[in-house]
Amino acid sequence: MSLDQVKAGEEVIIKRIPDSMAKTQFIRFGIGEGSTVICHSKIPFGPVVLRKNRQEIAIGRGLAKTITVERRSRSGKRS
Amino acid sequence: MGKEVKVAKTTHGGHCHSGSLALDLPENCEKIVLVGNPNVGKSVFFNYFSGLYVDVSNYPGTTIEISQARYKNNAIIDTPGIYGVSSFNDEEIVARDIILSADKVVNVVDAVHIERDLFLTLQLIDMGLPLVVALNFMDEVEEQDLKIDVDLLSDLLGVPVIPTIAVKKRGLADVESALLEAREGHQDSFLHKKLHEMLSRVGSQPEALMVLEGDPYVAARHGIEPAADREEIYVRRRERVNDIVGHVVSEARMSETIRQKIGRLVLNPIAGIPILALVLYGLYELVGVLVAQIIVGFTEKTVMNGYWEPFIRGVVNPIISQKTALGTILIGEFGLLTMTVTYLLGLLLPLVFGFYLALALMEDSGYLPRLATLVDRVLTSIGLNGRAVVPLILGFGCVTMATITTRLLGTEREKTIATAILQWAIPCSAQLGVITVLLAAIGGAYTLLYAGIIFLVLVTIGTVLSRWLPGQSSPLLIDLPPLRFPKPSNVVRKAATRTYGFMKEATPWFFMGALIVSVMQVTGMLNIWQNLWAPITTGWLRLPKEAATAFVMGLVRRDFGAAGLYAMHLSAMQTVVALVTITLFVPCIASIMILFKERGAKQAVLIWIGSWILAFGLGGILAQLLVRVI
Repeated sequence: MSLDQVKAGEEVIIKRIPDSMAKTQFIRFGIGEGSTVICHSKIPFGPVVLRKNRQEIAIGRGLAKTITVERRSRSGKRS
Repeated sequence: MGKEVKVAKTTHGGHCHSGSLALDLPENCEKIVLVGNPNVGKSVFFNYFSGLYVDVSNYPGTTIEISQARYKNNAIIDTPGIYGVSSFNDEEIVARDIILSADKVVNVVDAVHIERDLFLTLQLIDMGLPLVVALNFMDEVEEQDLKIDVDLLSDLLGVPVIPTIAVKKRGLADVESALLEAREGHQDSFLHKKLHEMLSRVGSQPEALMVLEGDPYVAARHGIEPAADREEIYVRRRERVNDIVGHVVSEARMSETIRQKIGRLVLNPIAGIPILALVLYGLYELVGVLVAQIIVGFTEKTVMNGYWEPFIRGVVNPIISQKTALGTILIGEFGLLTMTVTYLLGLLLPLVFGFYLALALMEDSGYLPRLATLVDRVLTSIGLNGRAVVPLILGFGCVTMATITTRLLGTEREKTIATAILQWAIPCSAQLGVITVLLAAIGGAYTLLYAGIIFLVLVTIGTVLSRWLPGQSSPLLIDLPPLRFPKPSNVVRKAATRTYGFMKEATPWFFMGALIVSVMQVTGMLNIWQNLWAPITTGWLRLPKEAATAFVMGLVRRDFGAAGLYAMHLSAMQTVVALVTITLFVPCIASIMILFKERGAKQAVLIWIGSWILAFGLGGILAQLLVRVI
């Protein structure tokens, strides 16, 4: 599943960030491949806002489409 | 000056003049550099150390402003807010070079976002720089029921860590005294061997790390290929940060604060748009009404036109008559002592300050990145991303100022698109004022026609340039800082510092521009120019002959051009044609000066010539069409 398909409020694990520049920037912000994040909100047709602890970042829709994630249910089970 | 003695060089090979930033300081002084992520309250620390005299200047070869000051016998230098040291954009390049020349670093860390900020801290430690960490926003840590074990953090990092609440001035003195204990922290053992090898090739540990992390610029300086270890080093560093954070941070509960709730509301599609409208309206009232109309009305009309110009004419005229060539240049219509001084002090100074004030308010409150997020979708369709909202909004105030802020965009391609849109299609507040009056006289339908045409032009320019320019625009990827109530004194100081920097830069350009126009006037070239364009005005644009004067005036200042249309009796259709033409017409002198400076001569000339073609081409087509239809 790609990041742009995540719904607001869902918890996901970042699996792959193919773009190397974006990946570098994500790591600096505190999110790497394997991090668990919450989809804070989604602007219609626009950016996806992610949250990890107290860190919020906005990701343009185009970039979000390239990022692979895995859904994580509330109980911690992966689907 | 003769007192200066040659002393052994400081740790990292630079005396205080290295990096070409010059302060009058003894050669054995230390360079203390302030480093931190954006929005961590770094400026409060700088103000504390710097005292009254601060030098703000462009970092050589760039358009990034750097503040530096004397602190005791040492230099204290501020750097742009960065998330890591490398060379991904101009700001990082400047920060990197200043950090590379540092003797000591004060790293300001946002304690609430410690997980993000420690990445930079560990990078500075891996560079082997003597470090003091100021752990700021400790009050918010308490508010949010977080607990940070400061002593353990200091042990794990191997450097002094001082808890601070900068806005309340708490802990600042402790940071100052800790400077004496600044030391190199615990470096990554994995990096150690690699660093050691690289060190023998480049001779300095900070630079060795940059080369290992693949910095092409630093590698080129040493004539070697950048290494490809960045991703590995970054991932490891991130793991170390997470490990440290896991040890030192504990939290009782994770509940949403009121500010976080508002932050969520701002991004909510239903609540976000009305909030956005409200914020924009507030900014318009502040800059567009209070500053641009009321304050400028007083400073330009009452003070400068009313008192200064008659006064200086009275002083100069008896010595050098206004009728002579020199007199015209000094105190004539475009005079250096009359128009130029009036524009600079009566118009530009309050406008620029007003804009920087608005910008600082949006920055310090944390709203700006959220605004960028909201409008990202719309802007990607014209080859920009959400961050371009800043220059575009500012453009409606002053195109000159807005052109400068295109600096913050990610790629050259985006800077070009944004600059072209600004210079061609966005009317500035001064022009907008005159345009509004003229449109009010001809009614709503024509106003819609005018607005529709300009909007269409704006979208077309963006779309065409976005298709035509090579490369790709950068995607939006930004950090959303928490919403904070901006501290008034900080906002004012920030705006004042930037205004000073801007005025210092713009002033010589202004005098030069006015000098050129005055010389044209004295030599009669202005008249020739005017007659040259008359046929196009009457034949092609179907406007009265006198309209040519308005276009010549528009060369000097955009609202001049529009104001020149006041005196003419134009039909409604002629008004629309004239307004479309004058809006798309060449930017004002100040704008052109900045355009050359920011975008280089080649692009500036293209944009300038393009605006002639666009204005007269579209204006003419419109005139020909409207005449046929009606």
